[in-house]
Amino acid sequence: MQKKILIIFLFLVLIGFVRAQESKMVPIQEGSFVPLYGATSKKPVLVKSFFIDVFPVTNTEYLNFVKKHPEFSKSKIKGLFADKSYLDYWKNDLDFGNVNSKAPITTVSWFAAKKYCECQGKRLLTIDEWEYVAMADEKKRDARTKKEFNNYILSWYEKSRTYENPIGQTFKNYWGIYDMHGLVWEWTSDFNSIFLSGESRKDKSADQNLFCGASSVNATDLMDYAAFMRYAFRGSLKAQYSTRNLGFRCASTTKL
Amino acid sequence: MKKKLQIPIRLKVLFYAIYMSMILYSCKEKEQSQDYTKIVTEGEMQAELTKPPMVPKPIGDRVAMKLKVNMEIKEQEGTMADGVKYTYWTFGGSVPGSFIRTRVGDEVEFHLKNHPDNKLPHNIDLHAVTGPGGGATSSLVAPGHEKVFSFKVINPGLYVYHCATAPVGMHIANGMYGLILVEPEGGLPKVDKEYYVMQGDFYTQGEYGAKGLQAFDMNKAIKETPDYVVFNGKVGSMTNGNELTAKVGETVRLFVGNGGPNLVSSFHVIGEIFDHVHVEGGALMNKNVQTTLIPAGGSAIVDFKVETPGNFIMVDHSIFRAFNKGALGILKVEGEENKSIYSGTIQEGIYLPEGGTIQKMPENATTKTAAPKRTLAEKTTIGKQIFGTTCFACHQSEGQGIPNSFPPLAKSDYLNADSKRAIKTILHGLTGEVTVNGKKFNSVMPSQNLSDDEIANVLTYIYSSWGNNKTEITPEMVKALR
Repeated sequence: MQKKILIIFLFLVLIGFVRAQESKMVPIQEGSFVPLYGATSKKPVLVKSFFIDVFPVTNTEYLNFVKKHPEFSKSKIKGLFADKSYLDYWKNDLDFGNVNSKAPITTVSWFAAKKYCECQGKRLLTIDEWEYVAMADEKKRDARTKKEFNNYILSWYEKSRTYENPIGQTFKNYWGIYDMHGLVWEWTSDFNSIFLSGESRKDKSADQNLFCGASSVNATDLMDYAAFMRYAFRGSLKAQYSTRNLGFRCASTTKL
Repeated sequence: MKKKLQIPIRLKVLFYAIYMSMILYSCKEKEQSQDYTKIVTEGEMQAELTKPPMVPKPIGDRVAMKLKVNMEIKEQEGTMADGVKYTYWTFGGSVPGSFIRTRVGDEVEFHLKNHPDNKLPHNIDLHAVTGPGGGATSSLVAPGHEKVFSFKVINPGLYVYHCATAPVGMHIANGMYGLILVEPEGGLPKVDKEYYVMQGDFYTQGEYGAKGLQAFDMNKAIKETPDYVVFNGKVGSMTNGNELTAKVGETVRLFVGNGGPNLVSSFHVIGEIFDHVHVEGGALMNKNVQTTLIPAGGSAIVDFKVETPGNFIMVDHSIFRAFNKGALGILKVEGEENKSIYSGTIQEGIYLPEGGTIQKMPENATTKTAAPKRTLAEKTTIGKQIFGTTCFACHQSEGQGIPNSFPPLAKSDYLNADSKRAIKTILHGLTGEVTVNGKKFNSVMPSQNLSDDEIANVLTYIYSSWGNNKTEITPEMVKALR
C-alpha cells in the first residue's frame, strides 16, 4: 500500500516536473544590440530585462487553454480572429489527433496566441526581444557572426516538417532557452511593425522591404540572411493568419 | 515665264508638305496601333502551364482574354546530379517553374499559392508586368496562403519571372524562376517543335559531385563561383533518355531563359546555326547566329531547321560550364541522312604532320644513364608501364594493333623472327612496307626517346606477352645496336 502511494506520488511529482518544465520561464538580462531592421540610424536598441518561456507552447498546453476558453476552439473561433486553416491538423475542438502532444502548437493566429499568453498572465515577445534571445548560441550572447551558428539556422530551412518534432530537442542557448531555431517560426507581438507601420524606420515608405533590392536598403548586416528570412516571413503575415510552421511562446516583464 | 515657274514650285512645296504630314501621320498611327493597353479582353480562360522542357500550345490569333494562372510554390528535395540532393524552391514543382503563355493584351489574373508545408514566404516578380516590383509588391504570400493580383501584358516578348523575397539572391539560387511568353498579335510564325530551356547556376556546400543532401552556400553565391551550371534545374535534365527530339526537316524553336542568379549564358547548339534569334527575347530579330548571349534575368527565342540527323548538343559556350558543371543538353534529331549537307566520315587515315620522314624525339640525359641489373619479373613490370604510356595508343592494349594501320605485336612473326630488328625499330624508327602475319602495313613508327634499360624492359615485356617467344632483351644488347 505504502509502495503504491509512493509510486503515485512519484508519478505526480514527475507530471508536475514535466509540466513545470514546459511552462518554465527564465530571466533575460537587459542589454542592447543592433537588429537587422528597425533600428533608427542603425543604432543599438535597448532590450529591458524580461522573462521568457523556455519552450514554445505545446499541443497539450494549447488543448488545456481551449478547454477553458472554448471560444478559441477550432469550430467556434470568430473569422475575424483566425482564418480557415486555424488548428487545421486537429481532429476536432478537443482532440489534436495523432500528432505528438509535446510538439509545438502551430496553425494558430496572432489573436489566439496573444490571448493564450494573456490567459497565463503573460504576453507575446516583441521582435526585438525575440531577436535578442535568438542571437545567442550555446555559449555566446551574440553568435550572429559565427559561421556554424548561421549554418545551423539555415540548415533548418532545408529540413521539412520539423513542426512534428517535440519541443526541447534543439540546443539550449546561452540563456537556457530551447527551440529559438530549428523547430518552428514564432509569433511576436509587433510582427508586422517593420514592414507595415513604418514608425520605427527612417525611411517612411510603407512597403520598402517587400520586394527586390529594397529589402537590403535598411539592413545592418547583409550577410545575416537567416535573419532576412525571418523578417520576410513576418512581413508576409496578417494577424488572422495561421500557418503550419508557425507557433509561439510567451514572455513576461515581471516574474510571475 | 517667271510667274509660271513660281506656281509649280509653290505647288511642289505644298505637295511635299502634304506628303510629309502624311508620313508623320502614318507613323503616328502605327505607334497608336501598338498601344496594347487599349486592347479589350473578351471572356476568360484557365492558362495552360507546363513543366520544362515542354511549352503550352501556341496562342496564335485568339482574342485577348482574361487569363487565370494558378501557380503553387513548393519547397521540395530534388536531385541535382546522380547521388546529389538539393532542396529546391519551385514555382509549380519544377526548376525552372511552369511556362506561362499569353498574348499581348491579355489580362492575367495570377493566383500565387504557398503550400502549407513550406517554411518561407515567397512572392513573384514577372518581368512581363508593368508595375511596381513586377507584381512582387502585391504578391508576398505566407505558407498556407494565396495571393491574387492581375496585370495586363502590354509588351510582346519572352520574359523571366522570379521570386523577389529577401534574401532575393537565395530564392533565385534555389530555383525560383521561369519564363512567361507574351505572343505578338497573330502569334509567332508556325514551327514544328517548341521547347523550354532555362539555365541556372547553383551553389552547394560540397564541390561538384559531392554526394548527399547539399546545402546552399551563400559565400560561393556572393563570390559567383557556382558548383553547378545547368539547364532545367539539374545535371542531365535533357540527356540519357530525356533528350529533346525532332525529325529531319522540322523547324525547332527554343524558348531559352537564364535565371542566373549570377552568370550570363553564351547559349549555343553544337552543329546548328540559329536561323532566327529574337535578341534578348524582344522584337529585334537577328539571323544566322552561332551563339547568343543571354543575360541573367533575360531570355532569347531561337529557331532553326534541322537538316541532318544526330545529337545536337546544347551548351553554355563558356565551355567549362558545359563539360565540368553540367550546362549540357541534347537535341536528338532522327531521320534520313542528307549527304549533301553533311557527309559523315568519308575516309579515315593517318595524318603525319611531319611527312613521311623519320622523326627524332628530343633526346635528354636520361638516355645515357647506366642500366641497373633487373630480374625478369622486374623487367616485365616496368616494361608494361612503358608500353602503357608509349606503345599502347598504336599497338593497343593486347598488342592486337589496328587493322590496316598499325601492325600487331601479339603472336607477331615479324617480331619473333628477329629481336635485333625489333631493338633497331625502337631505336631508329621504321618506315615503309612491312608484312606482319601475312598482312601488309605501310606506316611510320618514329624512333622512341627511351633509354637502353627502358627499351630492354618494354621489349622483354612484349616478348613475354600475347603468345610471343619470351626472348629476354638486355640493356647491353640495346647499347650494342644504338
